Amino acid sequence: MAKYAAPGQPDSVVTYRDRYDHFIGGEYVPPAKGEYFANPTPVTGEEFTEIARGTADDVDLALDAAHGAARAWGKTSPAERANVLNKIADRVEENLEKLAVAETWENGKPVRETLAADLPLAVDHFRYFAGVIRAQEGGISQIDEDLVAYHFQEPLGVVGQIIPWNFPLLMATWKLAPALAAGNAVVLKPAEQTPASIHVLMELIADLIPPGVLNVVNGFGVEAGKPLASSRRVAKVAFTGETTTGRLIMQYASENIIPVTLELGGKSPNVFFNDVAAQRDAFYDKALEGFTMFALNQGEVCTCPSRALIQSEIYDQFLGDAVERTKAVKQGNPLDTETMIGAQASNDQLEKILSYIDIGRQEGARVLTGGERADLGGELSGGYYVTPTVFEGDNKMRIFQEEIFGPVVSVARFSDYDDAMKIANDTLYGLGAGVWSRDGSVAYRAGRDIQAGRVWVNNYHSYPAHAAFGGYKQSGIGRENHRVMLDHYQQTKNLLVSYSRNAQGFF
Amino acid sequence: MPRVALTPEAATLLRRLRAEHGELMFHQSGGCCDGSAPMCYPLGEFRTGSSDVHLGDLDVAPEPPAEAFTVPVWMSAAQFEHWSHTHLTIDVVKGRGSGFSLEAPLGVRFLVRSRLLLDEEL
Repeated sequence: MAKYAAPGQPDSVVTYRDRYDHFIGGEYVPPAKGEYFANPTPVTGEEFTEIARGTADDVDLALDAAHGAARAWGKTSPAERANVLNKIADRVEENLEKLAVAETWENGKPVRETLAADLPLAVDHFRYFAGVIRAQEGGISQIDEDLVAYHFQEPLGVVGQIIPWNFPLLMATWKLAPALAAGNAVVLKPAEQTPASIHVLMELIADLIPPGVLNVVNGFGVEAGKPLASSRRVAKVAFTGETTTGRLIMQYASENIIPVTLELGGKSPNVFFNDVAAQRDAFYDKALEGFTMFALNQGEVCTCPSRALIQSEIYDQFLGDAVERTKAVKQGNPLDTETMIGAQASNDQLEKILSYIDIGRQEGARVLTGGERADLGGELSGGYYVTPTVFEGDNKMRIFQEEIFGPVVSVARFSDYDDAMKIANDTLYGLGAGVWSRDGSVAYRAGRDIQAGRVWVNNYHSYPAHAAFGGYKQSGIGRENHRVMLDHYQQTKNLLVSYSRNAQGFF
Repeated sequence: MPRVALTPEAATLLRRLRAEHGELMFHQSGGCCDGSAPMCYPLGEFRTGSSDVHLGDLDVAPEPPAEAFTVPVWMSAAQFEHWSHTHLTIDVVKGRGSGFSLEAPLGVRFLVRSRLLLDEEL
């Protein structure tokens, strides 16, 4: 067991600055209006740094810098851009512990997750897009003997990216790596709940990126996000968040006729068929872990398996074992490497989760474990902790239909395959799903029948680069994490070339 | 019967936001991160359409110098199918960030508190 010292302590592996400005044109620039906002850590609720409160003027300055850099960056060779991404990956890897502790302090998630998942995945993600941009090829289509269509990929130019707070560094990476690989300049707005850890990263990698290619403007959605999303000077907006803001961003994009990619959350079913419990073996244990994955990252994951559907024959036994497994989840100081579940990212997130636990009870759902705020004592008393909560109820209840974004799973039973698919697909969303069966045929069919962009079969919550990630239905538009994301950051240029010396014959 | 209501704290915040931004509206969000929260915008900023349901208008009582005013509350029709049996009270809590909602820079955030509609309310 190890416990990292809190950032700012003499023996900590990372120290946050007292204040962060915007990162624009390769340097730190104070906000035009001169205002800052305080940034608390959810671990204790105490403020640890202050952040530039960006407005339209700052966004404009960042767009100036991005436009100044975009043309030259877009003309660099794929090899050059790949080298930059690889160097970023190396730098992140060399400073992995530092970034992991910074991220934990910022977001409240356990350090064992940032050490083992968030940061290693970010490293790999940069390397993956360094690889695919080298391997990308255009096309040649022979239309006829003398007419040839050449297809080239070209960068869009300057793109806007709005990042969520649940994986501040990893979600920034998901968006930055393909955009930069494709040759775009970026203006990025981190979430106002987690505005600081990106600057620890920027300080580490600033020297690797030409000035203006990557700009970070902090601030609130309405003051900095909106001017960015509605700007006539961005060629595309990428957003991860929720449905109403997603619609608003599409609305702004429609005014400028630009594309958007949106990742808007889910209410992912995790389906356990009878044969899961055919034996009490390693696979059964893995399935129980798969159930408990709802608590990963405090449930603050768009693909949180927040609806567990268990087949009737094994329902009581499996659910009983799953509740025991849930009770064994260790809650504690996020900086302790033994801690499995840390703090919710903000006070309002905590309040929202508690309000859902309340409506769940009112609707008649039964709390099997958890269901309350946790007071961990000492300095952690001011932090935002919720005990992992298992509800038993009906898929029509609101806790089965709305994304709570907390460590809360709602459990229901199903009778047979058709019933499972009916309940699984009875949702507005279609981002993730889990299917658990020892029968490959059942697992395959269920995986194909569930209307979701990512179906984990006999595993859950793994996010490797090279596996496309994105939503069906109201969960959004576009696919991240995969080569196909390059398409969302590139134009297709067609050169249609005639090699005939003769007139076309019209005039 | 009204489906939506307001706490006194939320009413006070709405008076302040209206003084700064003009007439207001709510659209209840679903989904990820800042979702499942009532988003407050200048009236007309968010375009509602045939896929939205108007849940009602919040009456904000006068408190000089603020006159009485109303704030319409909207939700997507698809989401309403799952929410139609509940009554919503818009409250405000200390917090940070909620998409492009107007209150976020003030260090507070609107929050929906729900209760089941009674039989006579349905």
